[in-house]
Amino acid sequence: MKAKKPRNLRRRNAIAGYLFICPFIIGFVAFLLQPMCESFYMSLCRVNIVANAPKGESPFDMNIITTLKETNYYRAFFVEAQYKAELINTLKAMAIQVPAILIFSFFIALLLNQRFKGRSFVRAIFFLPVILSSGVLVGLETNNILMSGIKDVIAESSGPGITDALKDILQAIGIGQKILKPVFDIIEAVYDVALASGIQIVIFLSGLQTVSPSMYEAAKIEGCTAWESFWKITLPMVSSMILVNLVYTVVDFFMRSDNKVMDIITKKINPGMDYGLGSAMAWAYFGIVIVILGIVAAILSKVVYYYE
Amino acid sequence: MSKSKVKKQKRRDFWERNKKTNGYLLRRTIGDYTVRIIRALLLFGLCFLILQPLINKLSVSFMKEADLYDATVISVPQHFTLENYRLINELIGYWKCMWNSLWISLLVSALQVAACTLVGYGFARFKFPLKRFWFACVILVIIVPPQTIMSSLYLSFRYFDVFGIYGLISGGKTINLQGSMLPYLMMCATCMGLKCGLYIYMLRQYFRGIPKELEEAAYVDGCGNFQTFVRIMLPDAKAMITSCFLFAFVWQWTDSFYTKMFLGDVEVLTKGLNSIAGRLDNFVRQTGAGLMASEAYLQQQISTGILMTLAPLILLYLFAQKGFVESLSQTGIKM
Repeated sequence: MKAKKPRNLRRRNAIAGYLFICPFIIGFVAFLLQPMCESFYMSLCRVNIVANAPKGESPFDMNIITTLKETNYYRAFFVEAQYKAELINTLKAMAIQVPAILIFSFFIALLLNQRFKGRSFVRAIFFLPVILSSGVLVGLETNNILMSGIKDVIAESSGPGITDALKDILQAIGIGQKILKPVFDIIEAVYDVALASGIQIVIFLSGLQTVSPSMYEAAKIEGCTAWESFWKITLPMVSSMILVNLVYTVVDFFMRSDNKVMDIITKKINPGMDYGLGSAMAWAYFGIVIVILGIVAAILSKVVYYYE
Repeated sequence: MSKSKVKKQKRRDFWERNKKTNGYLLRRTIGDYTVRIIRALLLFGLCFLILQPLINKLSVSFMKEADLYDATVISVPQHFTLENYRLINELIGYWKCMWNSLWISLLVSALQVAACTLVGYGFARFKFPLKRFWFACVILVIIVPPQTIMSSLYLSFRYFDVFGIYGLISGGKTINLQGSMLPYLMMCATCMGLKCGLYIYMLRQYFRGIPKELEEAAYVDGCGNFQTFVRIMLPDAKAMITSCFLFAFVWQWTDSFYTKMFLGDVEVLTKGLNSIAGRLDNFVRQTGAGLMASEAYLQQQISTGILMTLAPLILLYLFAQKGFVESLSQTGIKM
């Protein structure tokens, strides 16, 4: 009797748990797993569209491609010139922008976590990008010539900036131009970085607020400077957020409407186009990013410190 | 004692204390103030950076076309006009679009959040076999870009059939669900809508943080699982659920990908926004002003359109800002 009771409770718990998550399981199987397998299968096939398919049957005629040179993956990389170039460009942009976004949002979160007058107002402005950078708006923003024209006029009228002066000096001396180029690129694209880091700031801020103030107090009494306590307390305590933000930022890159690779893929998947090739492109892109993400996450999770 | 006397006293105290600490106090005060000034400058600059495009759009949207070509006009319009707003309203049918956007976004985000709350609670509070596996699936949902599965998803709704059950009954026929809203609503109710994985994740994190004793007390008092959830946990998570709802609402409002795919015929704001270019050309041709709208004029109209799309969201944000920001920053999202 005694041995039976806990098992009963556990079983009841398990049933209740499954009842709660059953919407997710249904959705996952029906609307993610099945389409995923299907599109993967498609990416291996030559997909022909049958013009007058009998009613109720799929108009697709799929046969698996066996010769290497005709597979969709081979074609995506070696026949379609545009895809490979855009893929490399996107990955490069990702490699530069993701760290920039992480550092920027962490820095802003540190600032916003301090006490000063008008803090809630400033916070409200910094979270505005969550709205401004969502969905269709990014794409419309990037090719808006009028706006960038106005920006240029304002930049000209306010004289050469500090970055330009620095650039000139460094160019005159002639050192480290190649190494510093990405840095200057980021500084020039600071608006894009700021727009892309709305949610990341929120996540970092939530992490910073879980660090108890008594820890800083103790460190201060022991003679820690602010600089030291940043490296010894703040950074380890929010290191798990860095992982979350990394995943989120990379995933966000997929969904951005100014992502060129996704543009190509979407065009290919449109009715009447090459479904197989489009699926193969999507899978190749997805696979590459997952591998990179996996490697970085594995390295990071070695460094991440868990408080509990 | 008068005010100036108090000030004097304070100043004298300061110097005395400074002397006692061998100048440490003075150095620290100066350091404090420099940090404050630099911080204020930095924050001001960055705030300006974020707001500037909005301000530019606002000023451009009030200009007449002639102002765009006038080199002396930068941000203050010379001929103030509301013409652009009227034109956009006419071109895309603003009020109708907004009404559509509003009810679709409300419906979709309510469904999403309801489903995600249930699932998030399930993951946070119950032990069941394969829990880690299913949670890995949630992560997978977050990571997989919807474009990858778009084509086959499209097909599966064109020839809709739940695991072949319907086909068995009706003898091999399938339902064509294309062009209706039903598929998307089904996806939202089963946590597969726009960014649903993220909401599950956030809500699970929140429910994990609520002390277990609350629930145990409810169980002891004779509440069932579901009753405990509704009466104890839901009221507690109100703030978090609200902010998830706001996120869902905003993202649905500005989304064009899912909208284009599932809600093809419904006129919503994002669709109107994308169609401004074509419609403006038509309009210009009809009025006989030329064959096409000039680039600057087009961009001006698009800016106006963006502002009009954003306006309801910004209003909402102004009212809900506190809930939006504060509740979220108190949850402590962890992996």
